[in-house]
Amino acid sequence: MFDSVLFTGIVTIIVGVGGMFAYFWLSNMFLDKVLFPASGPNIGRNINRATAIRPWLFLFPAIFALGLYLVVPVGYSAWLSVTSGVAEDGGWYRNYSEIFQNRTFRVALLNNLLWVLVVPAGATFFGLVAAQLTDQLSWGNIAKSLIFMPMAISFVGASLIWSFVYHPSIDIGVINAIRGLFGAEEGVTLIDGQIFDSFLLMVVLIWIQTGFAMVILSAALRGVPEETVEAAIIDGANPFQIFFKIKVPQIKGTIVVVWTTITILVLKVYDIVAAMGSQYRNLEILPTQMMQYFDSGNYGFATAISVVIMVLVLPVMVWNIRQARAEMR
Amino acid sequence: MENIAGQKSSLGIVTHVATFLLVLIWIIPTLGLFVTSMRDQDAISQTGWWRALQGSPQTYVLSAPVDDQVQDGDLWVVELNVFEGASAEELPEDIMDRSAVASFGTSRLRGPSTDPGETAEGRGDLMVTVQSNGDLRATSPERFDGPLVLPMALVAPPQLTTENYSEVLTDMNAEERAQARDQGATLTDMLFSDEALFGPFINTLTVSIPATVIPIIIAAFAAYALAWMDFPGRGLLIAIVVGLLVVPLQLAFVPLTIIHSWFGIEKSFLGIWLAHTGFGLPLAVYLLRNYMVGLPRDIIECAKVDGATDFEIFLKIVLPLSFPALASFAIFQFLWTWNDLLVASVFLPSDTESTVMTRFVVTNLLGSRGGEWHILAAAAFVMIAVPLVVFFTMQRYLVRGLLAGSVK
Repeated sequence: MFDSVLFTGIVTIIVGVGGMFAYFWLSNMFLDKVLFPASGPNIGRNINRATAIRPWLFLFPAIFALGLYLVVPVGYSAWLSVTSGVAEDGGWYRNYSEIFQNRTFRVALLNNLLWVLVVPAGATFFGLVAAQLTDQLSWGNIAKSLIFMPMAISFVGASLIWSFVYHPSIDIGVINAIRGLFGAEEGVTLIDGQIFDSFLLMVVLIWIQTGFAMVILSAALRGVPEETVEAAIIDGANPFQIFFKIKVPQIKGTIVVVWTTITILVLKVYDIVAAMGSQYRNLEILPTQMMQYFDSGNYGFATAISVVIMVLVLPVMVWNIRQARAEMR
Repeated sequence: MENIAGQKSSLGIVTHVATFLLVLIWIIPTLGLFVTSMRDQDAISQTGWWRALQGSPQTYVLSAPVDDQVQDGDLWVVELNVFEGASAEELPEDIMDRSAVASFGTSRLRGPSTDPGETAEGRGDLMVTVQSNGDLRATSPERFDGPLVLPMALVAPPQLTTENYSEVLTDMNAEERAQARDQGATLTDMLFSDEALFGPFINTLTVSIPATVIPIIIAAFAAYALAWMDFPGRGLLIAIVVGLLVVPLQLAFVPLTIIHSWFGIEKSFLGIWLAHTGFGLPLAVYLLRNYMVGLPRDIIECAKVDGATDFEIFLKIVLPLSFPALASFAIFQFLWTWNDLLVASVFLPSDTESTVMTRFVVTNLLGSRGGEWHILAAAAFVMIAVPLVVFFTMQRYLVRGLLAGSVK
């Protein structure tokens, strides 16, 4: 069984890669040699037409895949959310009105908003501090590497790592052991479904994302012109003033990019809550709710929640597109 | 200016210390689980992982022979080392390698309650002193008539073991493996047994490699067209790609489940490869286009003048020059597909034969063996190992990719 799975994988790579190249090569050949050959009486017109069509040959597989796997599903989900499930024999809004009446959904929405507020702020803050600190040191690159490392660790792996830190035994969990140093006799269960336990899960994502923020902000900090810093030193600014009043304002744009990138990620995060708090309703967020309805086959509620997530993402999406357009001009 | 220079050096020390603390906080969680993954199951529940290198004390009852007792004034004296001679014979080998006395006592009931170097009193004015290296001196006003029976806590050397990894990869502990081997099971049989982690490991590899390679090629052609070909609608297409970068995957789950079922590929490897390809494309096209647009215009125009077709230019000039960007995306996509739980939950069947590691850990291990940290820790590091190797060897490209994606 496993051998055959591996075998299918290898065949897929060969067929996929070979197929793609064959497609591009053959379609170009067909265009140049058969459809609009660069010879004969209409040579000028043919070359022009071939040039007009060729980009679409290059783009076709990507457009097809993006269309089928992202564009169509967005529309289809929106459609299903107003036509399937309870919406079939009620108003189109029934899926939405019912999920909003559900207390767990409202808790999930609230939790999601908390995640969106806390995680990008925390990761950006620590990333900025780490960038500023490490840039001044000879061993800064090693420090950077180690802070960046959690990026490579899966959310599930990170959840295990932190569950162990939060372990309720005073002899096993680091947090409880630290409480022990300050005189606590027995360990406490840190994650037991209280609503504020969400913050303990957020720590995991901050821990992962700080490296990302650090790398990008460090590059931006290095781009801050020397003269502005020197001028501030001569005017007698202390290091904190230099950092917060000279450097940070100059990298505001990058900070916003980092912040929004992490915000998008936070809205999609599912694994951490699924691994660390799946048994507690108070810790739920929209993606875990969505997956519950998806797994139980309630497509009406599932698509409605995914549309809610999309609406939360929409402002960032619009802003991103405007940024990209501004850059191309 | 001297004043400023002085400020800098004092601040320098603060910077070093602050950075060190930050790095420490960042690696301690990982380090803790890593050390735990190599500790004995019992040791994990007895002492914290930060004590792993100290070894954990275990209590033994030693009987020290009194054959060499001598009379010194009013007292009978015995001097010996507990790690040598007859008293050592009852100790296990591993204690002997790095022997140290953590505490001792004179009564089995009270146990080892005296610290090494101090003197414990016993029945009949018995006085016993034991040093941490095992040197013992016992005095008594009367002649010793039998061996001294002393409870002692001895520090076992730290026991780091790879047993947890063997157990989680085969789902059998050492005994069960020996039994299975006696019954003629080969290593392959054990690795591919039903609840072993090795199968999901292979599955993860099977998911992530095609899911990394295929989108690269599709995206490279598209990125070339968007960077170097002129056609109406190019700006709009780029804007759409940027927009799709942030579309939540959740929107695609229900529709794709329905669409895949039309073709009979819901819950299959083909389905997840296609899904990962679709979901990875926006980033791939975006990263590669941004990189390709920055290639020198002269090279491409020269080639065009020399009569090269777009296909040749792409294959022979642009693709090789874009290697750094291709590598960046490949790393992103590999890490993302290897670490993914969500897409695998939707597009792959949940049975052990075709599930991936993340899902296996969450549904099989966290559920049924949630308290068995020797298993969970080893499983976590089997899962993390490959991305960490990729990360540390290819970090340069990863950083470059991040910067290309976010900083202009």
